[in-house]
Amino acid sequence: MSPDEALAAVVREEWGRLVALLLGRFRRLDLVEDALGDAVESAARRWPADGVPDSPAAWLHTAARRRVLDRLRAEAMAQRTEPLLVVDAERRGPGPAMADPGGLVEDDTLRLVLLCCHPALAPDVASALALRLVVGVSTADIARLFLVGEATMAARLTRGKKKIVAAGIPYGVPGSEDLPGRLRTVARTAYLAFTAGYAPGSGPDLLRADLAGEAVRLVRVTRALRPEATVLRALLALVLLHHSRRDARVGPAGELVLLADQDRARWHRDEVDEALALLDGLPPDPDPLTESYRLQAVVAAAHALAPTAADTDWALVCTAYDRLVRLDASPAARLAAAVALAERDGPDAGLAALEGLDDALPSSHRLPAVRGELLARRGDHVAAAEALTLAIARCGNEVERSHLTARRDSLRG
Amino acid sequence: MKRYVVLIAYEPEAWEQANEEERQEYFDAHHAFEAHVAEHGRRLASGALCDADVATTVGKGVGAERTVTDGPFAETAEQIGGYYDVELPDLDTAIAAARLLPSAYTVEIRPVMRIEGYEQA
Repeated sequence: MSPDEALAAVVREEWGRLVALLLGRFRRLDLVEDALGDAVESAARRWPADGVPDSPAAWLHTAARRRVLDRLRAEAMAQRTEPLLVVDAERRGPGPAMADPGGLVEDDTLRLVLLCCHPALAPDVASALALRLVVGVSTADIARLFLVGEATMAARLTRGKKKIVAAGIPYGVPGSEDLPGRLRTVARTAYLAFTAGYAPGSGPDLLRADLAGEAVRLVRVTRALRPEATVLRALLALVLLHHSRRDARVGPAGELVLLADQDRARWHRDEVDEALALLDGLPPDPDPLTESYRLQAVVAAAHALAPTAADTDWALVCTAYDRLVRLDASPAARLAAAVALAERDGPDAGLAALEGLDDALPSSHRLPAVRGELLARRGDHVAAAEALTLAIARCGNEVERSHLTARRDSLRG
Repeated sequence: MKRYVVLIAYEPEAWEQANEEERQEYFDAHHAFEAHVAEHGRRLASGALCDADVATTVGKGVGAERTVTDGPFAETAEQIGGYYDVELPDLDTAIAAARLLPSAYTVEIRPVMRIEGYEQA
């Protein structure tokens, strides 16, 4: 491994743990991230000349710790005192000297995850903080994922850190009564980051789907700390299944490829298999959020198991959607259920299920797009073209719009 | 320890229309809050406020520019009905305490700022 690769690997694997360890020791959210960033820069300069150290993580930890101590000394001279992170009593006192993988360190990583995903933080702020501090994604990349400028994202991260310290959000693990709820907030936060990678942006952008993979890593890291949390198991299955399709959902010209038209050979099989293993034997969950992730994963798994779109087990998909709509009668869930119903029972059943959705989705392009497609399938080309025209007018995404336009024009031809 | 002011927003009608038993539930909830605070930190001050219809607002400006008007500065269905000024270890403890307050309340938790160089006269 070259020094660059070694550095990239240790940043990827150890960033969150190093942040957690330094925070436990110094309780200074403002200094720790910068110090670790400086340590990584310094490694990038020195490792090519000096060779990669035996323990890259310990090297970074030592370098970052020195930076923090330098800054603290400078502050002491200037007699400034910055507010400290609130650390629960059990964690106070001198931290472990090395970045070794012990129980205490893992507990620190969980504290860090829970700190970033605290319900008192705005969800978009929490998502960004978790990606930055736990999985070490750069501010520029987080900005790209959420489709905002880098300066805006930097300000959002700063605002989050300020709120954590000012409000006294603790660096600790809550009792067993509160932990499940907090892990659900972690799941929501990670899912928000994941879906940002697949949200329609300004033009096609494959990199954003790659960045969504960092959210998958956030779920993975947290699940490794609390493997018994079913909300994280169901969510990991769901995001893996969606993420496995990333290469197939964009065509050679950057155009969006719909699920039915995707080349299934390009789905990442290892991720699909991992997700199927996670779903295997996962029973319906009494918690609505967990159950909602599980049911969405069941739907995605039905697609993953079908060799071609025509082989999809639509009966299974419809059953899952029925339960999902009962759990969460959101317009988006009802729309997806109507699509599945049309596949199982034909376009008329689907069209009937769309009734009453117009008021709930007054500006959605998806509703008229689905209606247009179903009308076309029953041979009603004039009404279909009309619905697709409405969908085109409402659609903000260039790739999807050209897809809809091509479909409409094929009906008129 | 961190200092927080816990602001209570409520709809005055709910209290006015409450019967004796319901009022006792309010009292019990406040006592549970106070016990939680005493266990984890301390209460510096607290107060139940008169309704906003007897509030007086003094506006921005200098001297006579500061207009005096009847009523609260924000007209909303819910109004600030009381506050607790407390010291607690962290936000999670404050949230746990706030959850003990009467279920009809919306509760805002505000950390109290320490202003460098300012000392109370």
